[in-house]
Amino acid sequence: MTAEALTAPTAARPVLRVRGLGWAVGGARIVSGLEFDVAEGEFVAVIGPNGAGKTSLFNLISGLVRPTEGSIELDRADITADPPHRRARRGLGRTFQSSSVFAGLSVLENVRLAAAAHRGSCLRLWRRADSGTAAREAAMGALARVGLSTRAADLAGALSHGDKRKLEIAILLVTEPRLILLDEPMAGVGTADVPALTEVIRTVHREEGRTVLMVEHHMDVLLGLADRVAVMHHGQLLALDTPEKVTADPLVQDAYLGETL
Amino acid sequence: MSTLVLLSLTGLGLGALYFLVASGLSLIFGLADVLNFAHGLFLSVGAYGTWWAADRLGLGFVPAAAVGVGLGALAAVLVELLLIRPLYARPIDQVLVTVGLSLAGVALLQAGFGADPVTFPKPAWTEETTTVLGATVPNDRFLLIGVALAVLALLQLFLHRTRFGLIVRAGVEDRAMVTALGINVRIAFTVVFAIGGAAAALGGVLAGVYYGDVSPGQGTSLLIFAFIVVVIGGMGSVAGSALAAVVVGLVQQFTSYYAAAGVGEASVVLVLAMVLLARPGGLTGRTA
Repeated sequence: MTAEALTAPTAARPVLRVRGLGWAVGGARIVSGLEFDVAEGEFVAVIGPNGAGKTSLFNLISGLVRPTEGSIELDRADITADPPHRRARRGLGRTFQSSSVFAGLSVLENVRLAAAAHRGSCLRLWRRADSGTAAREAAMGALARVGLSTRAADLAGALSHGDKRKLEIAILLVTEPRLILLDEPMAGVGTADVPALTEVIRTVHREEGRTVLMVEHHMDVLLGLADRVAVMHHGQLLALDTPEKVTADPLVQDAYLGETL
Repeated sequence: MSTLVLLSLTGLGLGALYFLVASGLSLIFGLADVLNFAHGLFLSVGAYGTWWAADRLGLGFVPAAAVGVGLGALAAVLVELLLIRPLYARPIDQVLVTVGLSLAGVALLQAGFGADPVTFPKPAWTEETTTVLGATVPNDRFLLIGVALAVLALLQLFLHRTRFGLIVRAGVEDRAMVTALGINVRIAFTVVFAIGGAAAALGGVLAGVYYGDVSPGQGTSLLIFAFIVVVIGGMGSVAGSALAAVVVGLVQQFTSYYAAAGVGEASVVLVLAMVLLARPGGLTGRTA
């Protein structure tokens, strides 16, 4: 597959542009030669066998590790050298494989904290946290969008795994991200919770028009969700196309060695 | 019965002193992971500051105490900004600096005000007594307990009702995650030091009222019990500190009275050991 084909649907301007991205640790190449764009409002999923470099790619994009070659652009600004918190301020929001919510805070407080951070209102520190401010309304709005309004007063630690994922997405939404990175959101979520969580992710993409890049191990989750699927194998991009075409690709089937996608 | 009442109120009063020192110590450790061995210095600054303002400036007790508490908070902020801040990535050096500072602080107080205790300007009414259930109780016990309860209520209001308190509670749970949200946690460190310094200085004022005098080593000896309270209560927990302070104060008073003076201190260490064996994280978990 040629570079042009990989970066094809660029009618809308790209939110994320990755060029020649590589990361090596002590001579071992973890990922190399990654090139792709994610267009405004697009949903791109990244799949691949364990150890293919999916999470490494996410860590490179979110800035947890620095690439050894190549560049990353967010909204046409080069963010390759930016530390994680600056990328977050530029509009890059991510979730982690392990759930990252404050268990000792209420569901609403978790979102409020992110809202306060986003609005840069930490300087007005002594304002009452629960007063009817814009931050509170934004937080309640984000909770409503993921269907957690009724749990606002509960401790985040008491939520089910699936609801914690929804809370993480609410935390992301309240910061108005330009690009949402979801790292295996279904991992550890009970099968009964998967449809509801999938629906929340679909809403975030379809109805809110958020641009999403999501790592997922299982193909079935992505059908009807992702616009395009990127297949990674041995740290390289094997294919990037619609879910149907990718599933039919013999190269991809080889990589998975008959394992169901 | 009257002995029980007197011992209980005295134990609670002592617990109140421990709580005032321990609450700041606990928040500072919970949020910033700093074991602040110089915390006793803030107590001494409060006590000497109050004595100085009353003795040299001729202020009344309440304004003098306000000066002492203000100086304690100021000292804490200066210590955080100048000594702790450059060492956040170096915990061992941090411990060395705070231990050194506590030793230097005692020496400085000795050089400035003499090694002998100075008489604390306590208000006359604290020397009177009130009869409670047949027990003749010195009024200072009620002052100690009342002030500690007020500080506990204010700290809880701060932690649960202000935006900044929210950042502190989240930071105690997971500082890295708060930073990942784009929040500058360092500002919170300074404010928690200021609050802890003010509370410890207030503890110094009350220690002066309780003991009747102030000496350079007072802060250091109270700090040891405050550390025990923090460990029993759970690092980072204000409510846990309050509970543990009450337990430690009561145990110490009752065993000192019914056994012998030194047994009070020993039994506190025994309580510490038992709590750590049963609940290694302290009475409460890692929540502010």
